Amino acid sequence: MQFSEAWLRSLVDPPLTTAELCHLVTMAGLEVESAEPVAPPFSHVVVAQILTADKHPNADRLQVCTVNVGAAEPLTIVCGAANARSGLMTACAMVGAELPNDFKIKQAKVRGVESFGMLCSAKELGLADSAVGILELPADAPVGQNLRQYLDLDDHLIALKLTPNRGDCLSLEGIAREVAAISGHPLGPGDDTPVAATLAAIQPVAIEAADACPVYCGRVIRGIDARAATPAWMVRRLTRSGLRPIHPVVDVTNYILLEMGQPMHAFDRTKVEGTIRVRRAAAGEELVLLNEATVKLTDATLVIADDRGPLALAGIMGGAASAVAADSADIFLEAAHFTPAALAGQARGYGLATDSSHRFERGVDPSLPARAMERATRLILDICGGEAGTTTVVGMGLSERPPMCFRPSRARRLLGMDIPDAEMRAIFSRLGLEVTGNEADWLVRAPSFRFDLSLEVDLIEEIARIKGYDTIPASRPRAAAAMHPFPEGGRRVDEFKTRLIDLGYQEVITYSFISAQQQESMAPGGVQIALMNPIASQMGVMRGSLLPGLLQTLRHNLNHGQERLRLFEMGRCFLGTEHDRQPLHLAALAYGSAHPEQWGEATRATDFFDLKADLESLLWPRSVQFEIGDHPAMHPGQCARLALDGRPIGWLGALHPKLAQQFALSRAPVLFELDWEGLATRELARYQGVCRFPAVRRDIAVVVEAGLPVGDILAAVRAQLPAVVAEFTLFDLYQGKGVEIGKKSLAFKMLLQDTEKTLTDLEIDAAVDRVVTFLSKRFRAVLRG
Amino acid sequence: MDLENILTPDAILAMAGRDFATAATLPQLEQAKARFLGKNGLITAQMKLLGGMAPDQRKAAGAGINRAKEALEDLLRERRETIQAGELARQLAAESLDVTLPGRGAGIGGAHPVSLAMKRIEKLFASVGFDVADGPEIETDFYNFTALNIPLNHPARAMHDTFYLADGKLLRTHTSPVQVHYMQGHPPPIRIIAPGRVYRCDSDVTHTPMFHQVEGLWVDETVSFADLKGILTDFMANFFERESLPVRFRPSFFPFTEPSAEMDIGCVICDGAGCRVCSRTGWLEVLGCGMVHPNVFGHVGIDAERWQGFAFGLGVERLAMLRYGVDDLRLFFENDLRFLKQFA
Repeated sequence: MQFSEAWLRSLVDPPLTTAELCHLVTMAGLEVESAEPVAPPFSHVVVAQILTADKHPNADRLQVCTVNVGAAEPLTIVCGAANARSGLMTACAMVGAELPNDFKIKQAKVRGVESFGMLCSAKELGLADSAVGILELPADAPVGQNLRQYLDLDDHLIALKLTPNRGDCLSLEGIAREVAAISGHPLGPGDDTPVAATLAAIQPVAIEAADACPVYCGRVIRGIDARAATPAWMVRRLTRSGLRPIHPVVDVTNYILLEMGQPMHAFDRTKVEGTIRVRRAAAGEELVLLNEATVKLTDATLVIADDRGPLALAGIMGGAASAVAADSADIFLEAAHFTPAALAGQARGYGLATDSSHRFERGVDPSLPARAMERATRLILDICGGEAGTTTVVGMGLSERPPMCFRPSRARRLLGMDIPDAEMRAIFSRLGLEVTGNEADWLVRAPSFRFDLSLEVDLIEEIARIKGYDTIPASRPRAAAAMHPFPEGGRRVDEFKTRLIDLGYQEVITYSFISAQQQESMAPGGVQIALMNPIASQMGVMRGSLLPGLLQTLRHNLNHGQERLRLFEMGRCFLGTEHDRQPLHLAALAYGSAHPEQWGEATRATDFFDLKADLESLLWPRSVQFEIGDHPAMHPGQCARLALDGRPIGWLGALHPKLAQQFALSRAPVLFELDWEGLATRELARYQGVCRFPAVRRDIAVVVEAGLPVGDILAAVRAQLPAVVAEFTLFDLYQGKGVEIGKKSLAFKMLLQDTEKTLTDLEIDAAVDRVVTFLSKRFRAVLRG
Repeated sequence: MDLENILTPDAILAMAGRDFATAATLPQLEQAKARFLGKNGLITAQMKLLGGMAPDQRKAAGAGINRAKEALEDLLRERRETIQAGELARQLAAESLDVTLPGRGAGIGGAHPVSLAMKRIEKLFASVGFDVADGPEIETDFYNFTALNIPLNHPARAMHDTFYLADGKLLRTHTSPVQVHYMQGHPPPIRIIAPGRVYRCDSDVTHTPMFHQVEGLWVDETVSFADLKGILTDFMANFFERESLPVRFRPSFFPFTEPSAEMDIGCVICDGAGCRVCSRTGWLEVLGCGMVHPNVFGHVGIDAERWQGFAFGLGVERLAMLRYGVDDLRLFFENDLRFLKQFA
């Protein structure tokens, strides 16, 4: 809501500067977004009339003018504007004037002719960004008057950012009421004296949708002067509120909208056939709107119709056919109340948002139509002449709202502040609220314009607002000092993030929406959760995996000169048709050399096992099971399905070469993705005795088929280990010279130990033999000589 | 008589002194030692001669040999220490490194600045007893709007720029639905914050379609608007580590709180003098808050006559930008390492 400060001050004028006034309303909840002067500062510029304009003797494009500035003698002024002509009313900057941009007017000789001032364009005065020629003022402009005064330039454009509950402040009267209540300064008297009818003409009106339109006022005005012009003061107030003047009658209805907050509509009376009907549209009816768009109506839409069909979208926009035109002489004025429920969502449904719908959706004072009709009639008769008929008022009216219960004690408890009853009564009184009831339980009745107030808590807010939020103390709440449980068997998200950071990974946060194609590459043929209104098509579906985001981040950073990246993200993924699964995932990616390029360390590419080690560190002390897996985005020969205690938790693998190509990657990054839920717990540590007897190490090397998974061997042996073998691990893998093609040599380390005694050589040999025998039987492993 | 027999202890000592001095290593020194103290060494030979002496001669000669032996052992020890010191010095010299060479290793990663800010927010609220709660990001209309007192077609909905799915579900536009989920499952008293991602269908210089909020909720029997002011004032001062950070609360409107407020802080960039970041007002709008609306309590079955409390929602990116001096919101989601690395 934008308006002229001067207009507001014509209704209420507290002794405050513009800045103080803006602060006051902002702190009362009407946030001032901006307050700009309508014109930059300038001085000594007056209304002037050009008496004569003759060609400059020494310059083709200049004229020498004599100018009446209201002084005894006219001034001689040299002017370069083509529109300078005798008789023109314009603006003259006198000698000594200071114009915007530090421009001082001095007496000067222009091509040999003395010039005593300057005739100004709108641009030179800072009133417009560009201008052709000097300012042209109306013929009745008072010569000699200070231009700032004449054009009312010592004014500000104030823009309020109003919250949706304050529909009552979408008018100058509403804002003035509010300013009066906050500042305590009295409101000036309004003008809504009735205008007597001088005509018998009546337009019949029928309300056929009583729920949507409780009040409808209509009035015929005949014989208006088609050549009448909207007065300058009204044009100024309209334009300073962001509205263009259109036609005097339309301007008056717009003026009433701004002044009182009551949207009105004027029809060309000759275009109305029979009875005006307020009704719901029949589905499929069409209407050409004022903006020349044709809309197909639904049966939820309220229209103003006549006997032939819809004339206007009620409370939203008029129709083109029945609109007031330049030659209209007879008009029918409408001032009605439409309920917010009837208009909710309607304008948006037709792609419209008008000043009228904006107000009706938020609520309009239902007592306004009658007052607005009188005020509008007065203005139209004053500006355009004509004769007014009797006002038709139809509708059931709105039932009076019940008073609200208000307990001062509850207000004090909710606000945490001791406000005396008397002060609260005074605040209500300033807001125009009536208080009855007893000491503890008040009954409060709100005026019709405060339709936003219906609950006790609404009233408590009013108390706080008018008293001022800054007067409420800031206190420290007291609460029972109960300790918070802190399960030691739970692992926090933070713990994993910290570990990954310590392992060299950078956290990233990518958008939760990815392209359908990327989602398809992660889960071919899977259900996609598509947005109906995405920002862009490549952000069209909810991600089922974090990997596309990591890959995109990788691509972006490679494009910007990075060569080695370790990235991770933790965030929700979205799976399933019901969206009931929105699991938190954790994914990481490694690309480039295994170590940052450095001295004394041969450079090698990161591989599967680097990431596997990181993953194992991440999940430590829980041990992950790796099984040969098959993930659509991963290299089929370098992909492991991960499990913890047999429960699947995710995937580890190198990116599939096809995808690497899609992202234009010269080699495949290695990635893992885990479902957080499976990771969130760990076993509480439980002490086991430390063995005091020495451990003995024995190494064995065996040759097996090259395709045999080492994990299978380790798992099988570990399941069969003799009691004295405390540890069985792989420490070398060899293929090449000395090992038959198609075979591989595996070297295992065994640690043997007894909790009761020192082992004898005999016992040790027996245990090693059992393992070797098992390996040979189960895996046809041959002991290497 | 053998030559040895005529050597005096002093002569032997002089010989040993020369021999020891020429030994350059510990093994050479051991060899030299053997020539005097070994089985066939000169001192040993002298000792053997004592047996053939008359008792009175033997005593004096024995004492002389013992003195020589002791002196010889002193010489030996001294020489051994000298050689060892020299060897250590050589070893140290050989092992010395250029300690100015860069260290080797895998390097360290870093947290995203939004995570940093979020963690900081969580810690500050945890210090006054707030638990962390969580909720889904694909929401129903009920949780995102209706239960928060935003009925269908309410003008407040138009301010939310909601992303919709085909089945009518939506991406949550704020973290406030977590309030509803939590209150449905937990009777008061309640003290939670709910950090998380939220989505709005808006993308330009100052808007990204996804961002982060932290929701806060404290419900108890007497938690008041004054307490709301106290907690949030405390929070901002601690978040920005400015003890006397100016704050102000302005009346505002959120359907799910009443009274509602916008909280402004004195601009932390210009200290209130007026700059581009605060649009020359000296104030920054940082947070929306208010007392939980009785209709919200009604939707979750909490008795609004007995319980009352406050809720707030703050934008994490906004606070992170102010805290770390980031001037472009979009940087947070570009994930350029040149940007992210600055927050390690």
